[in-house]
Amino acid sequence: MSLVPVTININGTPTPAQVEPRMLLVQFLRDELELTGTHVGCDTSQCGACTVSLNGEAVKSCTLFAVQADGMDVQTIEGIGSMDDLHPIQAAFWEQHGLQCGFCTPGMIMASAEIIRRNPDPSEEEIREQLGGNFCRCTGYHNIVKAISSAAAVMREKGAEAGQAADD
Amino acid sequence: MYTTPFDYHRAVNLDDALKMLADNPDAKLLAGGHSLIPTMKLRLASPSALIDISALDELRGIRTDGDMLILGAGVTHAELLYDKTVAEYAPLMPDMARWVGDPMVRNRGTVGGVVAHADPAADYPAGLLTLGASFKLKSAGGERVVGVDDYFKGMFETALQEGEIVTEIHIPRQAGKGAYEKFRHPASHYAIVGVAALASPEGVKVAMTGAGPKAVRLTQVEQAIGSDLSDENIKSATENAVDAGSLLSDRFASAEYRAHLAGVLAKRALMRVK
Ligand SMILES: Cc1cc2nc3c(=O)[nH]c(=O)nc-3n(C[C@H](O)[C@H](O)[C@H](O)COP(=O)(O)OP(=O)(O)OC[C@H]3O[C@@H](n4cnc5c(N)ncnc54)[C@H](O)[C@@H]3O)c2cc1C
Ligand code: FES
Ligand code: FES
Repeated sequence: MSLVPVTININGTPTPAQVEPRMLLVQFLRDELELTGTHVGCDTSQCGACTVSLNGEAVKSCTLFAVQADGMDVQTIEGIGSMDDLHPIQAAFWEQHGLQCGFCTPGMIMASAEIIRRNPDPSEEEIREQLGGNFCRCTGYHNIVKAISSAAAVMREKGAEAGQAADD
Repeated sequence: MYTTPFDYHRAVNLDDALKMLADNPDAKLLAGGHSLIPTMKLRLASPSALIDISALDELRGIRTDGDMLILGAGVTHAELLYDKTVAEYAPLMPDMARWVGDPMVRNRGTVGGVVAHADPAADYPAGLLTLGASFKLKSAGGERVVGVDDYFKGMFETALQEGEIVTEIHIPRQAGKGAYEKFRHPASHYAIVGVAALASPEGVKVAMTGAGPKAVRLTQVEQAIGSDLSDENIKSATENAVDAGSLLSDRFASAEYRAHLAGVLAKRALMRVK
């Protein structure tokens, strides 16, 4: 089986590579690019630990071949914020104790971004329902839900400030 | 998990996909990949080639033609869930789409993929039966439209022939209230049982998915309801209404439990359309 040339825009950097068609996006990220923040929890499409954003939408990178992402934008946990400048969702997970072992956290954060993108002011019930594809074996979800509510509030405020600044 | 090796072709347009499909009888179409890739990873399928149709504009749009809602086969579950035209023409569709998997599954999986795959635990077949949908199937040789009653044949079995692609789903404008109720598997979210109900001027239609090898109309419930959607009649028409005889029994639920759930879910769905 021949290798296929692809260029995937990973965290803002166009990344050319030759991939075997059967290589999953998650394997490409972890094994080829050493972006090991994206985890593999189940490999059967159910746990959400491998969640990344593809052209702005959250997807399970274990259920997508890397070739399918040719020409597209992929954002991983490594691209969402930095140690000096945490993304509001990362900050909220820290402040609200939204993690224990941290295994599910990268996927949780990428899925949280999707929840807030779809509805900037989600109710607790909605957050719980929309987290149906992300499993956490430690926290009991309670603080994850709190973290997402609190991140959404911070992001709404920032959005309002940005809107205000644009109006001024 | 690695799948078996395969050749990958990204189709540039529908004709290209149809031609490749005609030339490679061993190839499979790849749409959202959310049934096919898990199946390939478990090595339950090992196609020699995949023809990727997920980027085809020709399969994408949502449009209307008179009183007909026309969904491209490549429309994703998320697009169905959030689209205004779909909400106006066939609100039963988003009422089902919200139940499909989770947000990540909904961002990739497609309505055409569900129709082609005919998973017995898929949600849409129940609603599509009550709505009287039909499907446009294209091949290199031509095209035909098949009504939903003739389309779903059995477990993973449909009227789709080798070399054919589902290109459109046609849904007549919904003429009354519709509702979908589901008991889902807690991990996969697939339907253990799902029931759709539609109350239109033509009458009340009820269909069930997940419980048996394929989605079916619950005609015995429809007849018992007639046009009487009073609480008492809904209760008596749905109690013990489903026979466990032909239903699935597996490690998730016995046939008897599925039959019981079907009655309960039919009652809930009917209560919402009255
Ligand atoms: C974790 C998880 C949870 C899920 N939960 C649910 C659920 O709750 N309810 C539910 O209904 N589904 C569920 N699904 C399945 C999901 O809806 C799939 O997206 C869907 O069944 C298949 O659509 P697809 O576009 O992904 O198809 P693919 O996986 O790409 O294809 C499936 C099959 O159909 C063929 N095919 C695809 N498109 C066409 C076409 N246009 N014409 C002809 N053949 C075609 C392919 O060749 C393949 O054989 C779940 C999936 C996962 C991974
Ligand atoms: S590793 Fe992808 S969903 Fe679990
Ligand atoms: S923090 Fe350990 S799995 Fe979620």
